[in-house]
Amino acid sequence: MKKSILLTLSITLTLISGFAVSEEQRGIGGVESLRGSAELEATRAADPMKKVPRDQVDIESSYVFQPPLIPHHIRNYEISLNANKCLSCHGWKNAKEMGATKISVTHFTNRNDEVLADVSPRRYFCLQCHVTQADAKPLVGNSFERVQSLQK
Amino acid sequence: MKWIINALKGFWGILRRPSKAAVGVVLFMGFAGGLMFWGAFNTGMEATNTEEFCSGCHAPIVAEIQETIHYANRSGVRAICSDCHVPHAWTDKIVRKVQASKELFAYFVTQTINTPEKFKERRAHLAEREWARMKSNDSLECRNCHNFEFMDFSEQSPRSVRQHSTALASGEKTCVDCHKGIAHRLPDMHKVEGWN
Repeated sequence: MKKSILLTLSITLTLISGFAVSEEQRGIGGVESLRGSAELEATRAADPMKKVPRDQVDIESSYVFQPPLIPHHIRNYEISLNANKCLSCHGWKNAKEMGATKISVTHFTNRNDEVLADVSPRRYFCLQCHVTQADAKPLVGNSFERVQSLQK
Repeated sequence: MKWIINALKGFWGILRRPSKAAVGVVLFMGFAGGLMFWGAFNTGMEATNTEEFCSGCHAPIVAEIQETIHYANRSGVRAICSDCHVPHAWTDKIVRKVQASKELFAYFVTQTINTPEKFKERRAHLAEREWARMKSNDSLECRNCHNFEFMDFSEQSPRSVRQHSTALASGEKTCVDCHKGIAHRLPDMHKVEGWN
């Protein structure tokens, strides 16, 4: 009995001391990150924010049915219950005068494939699918290739 | 009652009778008084042009501008409320300030925008008034800083050039026709031209 108590005590002590040591040597926790190897207990300085260019040439699609990317900045463009800044140029009524791309006819159908008179509410929030592209290099390389029909 | 009439009579006497002081002293007092009055008047008017003063009643709106480019930007130029909503020329400014006294009445007496809910309800009306004002003065408050003559189209994006070199150049459209809600959230726009 006495022996087992001693054993338990010694194991506990060893564990605690081991824990204490590892706490001192936390470092980067053995994980190298693509964002730089900052120590776990230190807060790394943030990278500069990526910028969305004012205008860029139309970005080609990478796959069929890809929502086209937004080739311009959209700072403070309001999309709310009250107003949709995107549609004030890309809506069918204004697109021609504004020289903008019309939204696709698919935006007029509801989930039962019925064609509506105006943009379907489920397509109202443009940024759910269409996004801007910041001037950022990919962190990791990849071997993605476009499908044959979209290649040039 | 009698003493009031006597006091008025006395005051009238002061106004009518020639002063015992030298003309120079009277003139000096006139000038000094005028200077002080003018200074105090303008200081008072400037005080009603500050962000703090505006946010006293329009707090939710003043919060909204803080994420827009007219509040914070790369070159550190800031347009505050009065830069866009109060004319800069003196006479126009006085006219606007007098109109604003009616708005004070609406805020304090009829209490049309004293809660966020009431404000939201009335937002479209307030915005429409401001759009109408800026349309009628050809977006003067925009043009106080953004002069069409000084615009370099080669520095603008193709989207901007397309609009500015045609509709704006010909005078067919004015700034506020397209640039609505640049410093605020928008009210319900479904009946507004160009947005529906």
